[in-house]
Amino acid sequence: MRIPCPVCGERDRREFYYVGDAKIVNRPSPDASESIWNDYLHNRENPAGVTRDLWYHESGCNSWLVVTRNTVTHEVEAAELASDLKGDLS
Amino acid sequence: MRFSGLKILKEGLTGNKGWTNHWRDPEPKKEYDILIIGGGGHGLSTAYYLAKNHGLKNIAVLEKGYLGGGNVGRNTTIVRANYFLPGNSEFYSHSLKLWEGLEHDLNYNVMHSQRGLINLFHSDGQRDAFARRGNAMINQGDDAILLDKEGVRDLLPYLDFEQTRFPIYGGLYHPRGGSARHDAVAWGYARGADTRGVDLIQNCEVTGIDIKQGCVTGVQTTRGSINAKKVGIVVAGRSGQLAAMAGMRLPIESHILQAFVTEGLKPCIDHVVSFGMGHFYISQSDKGGLIFGGDLDFYSSYAQRGNLPMKEHVMEAGMTLMPMIGKARVLRSWGGIMDMTPDGSPIIDKTDIDGLYIDCGWCYGGFKAVPASGTCFAHLIATDRHHEVASGFRLDRFKTGYGLIDEEGTGSQHNLH
Repeated sequence: MRIPCPVCGERDRREFYYVGDAKIVNRPSPDASESIWNDYLHNRENPAGVTRDLWYHESGCNSWLVVTRNTVTHEVEAAELASDLKGDLS
Repeated sequence: MRFSGLKILKEGLTGNKGWTNHWRDPEPKKEYDILIIGGGGHGLSTAYYLAKNHGLKNIAVLEKGYLGGGNVGRNTTIVRANYFLPGNSEFYSHSLKLWEGLEHDLNYNVMHSQRGLINLFHSDGQRDAFARRGNAMINQGDDAILLDKEGVRDLLPYLDFEQTRFPIYGGLYHPRGGSARHDAVAWGYARGADTRGVDLIQNCEVTGIDIKQGCVTGVQTTRGSINAKKVGIVVAGRSGQLAAMAGMRLPIESHILQAFVTEGLKPCIDHVVSFGMGHFYISQSDKGGLIFGGDLDFYSSYAQRGNLPMKEHVMEAGMTLMPMIGKARVLRSWGGIMDMTPDGSPIIDKTDIDGLYIDCGWCYGGFKAVPASGTCFAHLIATDRHHEVASGFRLDRFKTGYGLIDEEGTGSQHNLH
């Protein structure tokens, strides 16, 4: 699996650290309810198919990336800077 | 049909014409008391114990493919009870005891082999941690022996003891640990359940779960709708999809775990051995193949096949530990879909929907749990009470933070286990 980093270009998967569902970019407010925090921290859509998840380019440019990827085929469709997308992820 | 030495002798002398099918292939009825979704190890054992321990009759197992075609047919078959934390310890201890009587119970040869399991350690700190784990195992009533380097050398003379990078300090020996024949476990439970009247319905994919006023009433399947009073979901890596049909989201992320098998070799590895300085563990099947595996690929996946970096890591670790296997050729590698929970421990619980139960989150350790998971899930479905050895496996522990079972001590968060 290779990930097309928008800064560095296509790189080996080993350069990246997988964090999880991209929704974790948007942290709930500290006073949000217990169930909102539980959803944020633990509960997952866990789709079989296209997903968006957060990766960290730890052996590259240190960018946080949102990778659009297929969990059934391992195809990587896109990788975008998380900082550009923050408001668009839910 | 009962298996016995006499029966085998008789069939051998009469052309093996008297063997019959191990289970029926029934049409689904319109209604059952209990439906179990998922015909893998855990689903089949749940159905078996519902019938055997609780005397329940009107039960069906719905399987979208064929029985035992998922993780129970593609794992590395290790059976052990070497857990550390309350919640896990008593559960896996109970499971190992069930394994020890399983063949007699099922009248089926599951080839359970207590060949001993050795977890190697490579530093003083790791020795301390394993000594502590061994004490926890002994306190639980199981067996653990702390071996020094010479003790390991007596059992595993083929390891590379001279290496300077990861010197072997010793190992934690669990003599009652071992392996079993994975398919036979599924088949044995299937046959046992079928004999007790459970309908095993294959090629029957559940496409919807019917819920009325917060109460489950049945399921929609590719073979028609089926009504039921109680429904148990036991579908491992697919738990998220089934839960979504009931409008739920689970604390589960499905990951890939790879395993490998070599060509058949003469007996050379007599135990189950794990490396303490890299993810690598190995045993040898009765057919002679070396079966080994490593860690998750560490990204969510349903592909049932992994990528090269983890293959490389596993091979490197194997060569570091036991260079003698270097000339063995790897025949196959494959992946399973692991239902990973944030704390790395499973869930056997009711849901917020009346009559809907879930057994999931077995991460990469579900095989050894098959007998106890079935026992405890059957107990929960039949009595609506948690079995005493599985009372910690609550769905709400993530929400409340109370009773987390973080065996690795890394934190309760996805991507840490």
